[in-house]
Amino acid sequence: MQADRNQASLRASRSAHWIGRNIGLLLVFAILAAAIVLYCAIYFVQQNTLPGNFELTSTVNNTMPLAMSGLGQAIVILTRGIDLSVGGIMDFTNALAAIHMQDNPLSMVVWTAVVLGAGALGGLLNGLLVGYGRLQPILVTLATLSIFQGVALRVLPEPGGAIPPRYTAALVNTDQPYALLYVLAAALLWMALRRARIGVALFAVGNDEQSARAHGVDVVRTKVIAYTLSGLLAAAGGLCLAANATAGDATSGNGFTLTSIVAVVLGGISLFGGRGNMIGALAGAFVTTMIVNILFFAHIDPLYQSFYEGLFLIIAVVLGAALGGLLKRGRG
Amino acid sequence: MSDGAPGTAGAGEPAVEATRISKSFGGVNALEQASFSARFGEVHALVGENGAGKSTMIKILGGRLRQDAGELHIKGRLAALHSPLDAHKFGVRTVFQELTLLPGMSVSENLLLNHEPRGAFGLINRRATDQKADALLADLGIHHIDPRALIEDISLAARQVVEIVRAISQDPDILFLDEPTSSLVEREAQWLFGHMRRLREAGKCVIFTSHRWAEIAGVCNRISIFRNGRDVGSFDEIDEDEAITLMTGRRLDSYFPARTEYTPAAPLLETRELSGRGLHDVSLSVAPGEIVGVGGLAGQGHRELFFTLFGADKATSGEIRIGGVAKAIRSPRDAIRAGIALVPEDRKSEGLLLPMPVRDNLTLAILPRIARLGVLPLGLERKLTSRIVDALKVRTPNVRNAVGNLSGGNQQKVLIGRWLLAEPSVFLLYDVTRGVDVATKREIYDLILRLAAENRAVLFYSSDAEELAHLSHRVLVMREGAVVSQLHNPGLSAEDVVSAAMKATLAS
Repeated sequence: MQADRNQASLRASRSAHWIGRNIGLLLVFAILAAAIVLYCAIYFVQQNTLPGNFELTSTVNNTMPLAMSGLGQAIVILTRGIDLSVGGIMDFTNALAAIHMQDNPLSMVVWTAVVLGAGALGGLLNGLLVGYGRLQPILVTLATLSIFQGVALRVLPEPGGAIPPRYTAALVNTDQPYALLYVLAAALLWMALRRARIGVALFAVGNDEQSARAHGVDVVRTKVIAYTLSGLLAAAGGLCLAANATAGDATSGNGFTLTSIVAVVLGGISLFGGRGNMIGALAGAFVTTMIVNILFFAHIDPLYQSFYEGLFLIIAVVLGAALGGLLKRGRG
Repeated sequence: MSDGAPGTAGAGEPAVEATRISKSFGGVNALEQASFSARFGEVHALVGENGAGKSTMIKILGGRLRQDAGELHIKGRLAALHSPLDAHKFGVRTVFQELTLLPGMSVSENLLLNHEPRGAFGLINRRATDQKADALLADLGIHHIDPRALIEDISLAARQVVEIVRAISQDPDILFLDEPTSSLVEREAQWLFGHMRRLREAGKCVIFTSHRWAEIAGVCNRISIFRNGRDVGSFDEIDEDEAITLMTGRRLDSYFPARTEYTPAAPLLETRELSGRGLHDVSLSVAPGEIVGVGGLAGQGHRELFFTLFGADKATSGEIRIGGVAKAIRSPRDAIRAGIALVPEDRKSEGLLLPMPVRDNLTLAILPRIARLGVLPLGLERKLTSRIVDALKVRTPNVRNAVGNLSGGNQQKVLIGRWLLAEPSVFLLYDVTRGVDVATKREIYDLILRLAAENRAVLFYSSDAEELAHLSHRVLVMREGAVVSQLHNPGLSAEDVVSAAMKATLAS
């Protein structure tokens, strides 16, 4: 029968399934590779040598705040939500750390915990309003963005405070790209999350809330957890931001609301929820940093930077959509 | 395995009892004091025309909808179902007509969500999940579905099978299946009937809805018939003609105006071997002044036919001719220009701007024509819209009232009125009386006849066989995207239309 004849072709190999599910992830890594090659080429033309350890370290360190907040954003977007308060939480948390952290291990540990807790609490507020309040995520997080920004300015009206150099060295070592370890840790954490009940629930809720409920998934609880994790990761991003700057600035986090969404989109995660891989958001964050690096070494006027960033984003998204469509047609 | 399970009763004992259930949606009664009961050890068919209330009853019994009034007893206990999960606790599983699968996740994840095998640290073992899903499928005799494939990548029939496998594999005592065979091929349908019989022999209760008489007669040992939101009888044995009579019935409240005769003339609307997605070689013609009805079971390509004629769906081959001239209709804009109007069934999503005034909704399609240098002459607009509101008896305090405040029937009249202003020569009416109260229905019938009397061509689809039989000069019966038979008035009855539709499907 037809069905039996098709059996062999229907049972595609494990790798074929993986590719089918992770087209977006493959694409972002291809873009990342292309950006790295382009960067190296421009660097070589300018400097007559290849980029070394220093460039790698500063690139990784510069990416950490975005990588962290992008991961949080990815978790929320997987549930078909959005978290615009990411920037506000980073404003608030980096200011908090810069003001209070003293140059002794106890203070560093305590304030790291307090700052992460504050971020998680902010996220929890979003989650409660979205989950139990049944309010639109875009509305809730736009309002809390404003609130967190206000609190940040109250905490640190003018840029200042200080991050102990030892803390900077521990969090984002300036000599070696130690921060890559966090990336690795985040990737491992994701793999575990994807296989835990909450990870499956995130995907299920993003796919179809009604159906997820019918399957016994606690939709409200899943959303609360997603926004809380996003707040926690934004706080981690805020700490990295403060460590990089060695001081606090209650407005330096603002841009991350949008760039975290950019990293997620570049990473091949659907804004409609339920589809994608969080590792893609990490790669998307690195692509964003590489674009800035390329523009810098190509001697593009910094005033045009955001113009070119936008241009790259549109090209990447259009390419991604076209390629995805082509692959789908090829398989179907 | 459920022999010793608590709450399991033996064959012959009552499984579900729904007593005088009422449910309405926005003023339209889907169920009116309908009762239904089924026992363990039976396969029970719930039959009726489209809109008779079968799906609503199953959704209520499955915990998907809440009844407005009436009581449910499951296994002899009073059941207050707030979600499908509450129904699960009673051992009830439901295969809903709109599938509840998660499209971006794999077959195995869908089959085993919240029941995945776990390994180290309590994390899901994906390989074991796939293997377990494979075993579940194989146990039920399914070998052609890959558990690792995404739901969105498999065929509609395969999705239906996955949904059924999920329900059966959770070992239900009571299984509801709402139109489970609608997208299955014969072999898969036979597979399902085999399992339904097996469950019956194991003392379970299986309740399903279907439009196909052959399968109803072949697998059921009890039949309940619904009509117009009410139960009209339950039988151990009934023949097809009797059942159809009960399903259609003679509705005392229905009223149909006398059809006007039309003089045969060259067709105004004509299609030649029109094909597209879900549409196969449809050739039809409608003369000016003629009313042609389109019938058949739900989902046989009517919607595709109407939307293709209106340019909203793409035709892959064939042609559409208006007044004997072939027209390229690639968008609704082209259709409007060719003089075609479509009044859809879903007023909210496909036609009206609910928060906007009646006036603006009426003039939407003719704005370019009445505007002078891009500016709307308000006097002319007021005159035109008041005339339509009066002519169609739209019940609204004034033309500035938001359309969303009107009743369903009056909304429908506004939509028809919009097209009247555009003065098209061809009217496509898609199930326009659905969810409309009886009094407004009569006014719409009069309106349909008037459209024909003004020498327009009217093509109309209705889920109500009686409407088709009484208003149309001819009825075309569709099956799987093709016109399979043609019935002529005078002398046509609703029974003729329903039995033609069912026989058409039977032949497949």
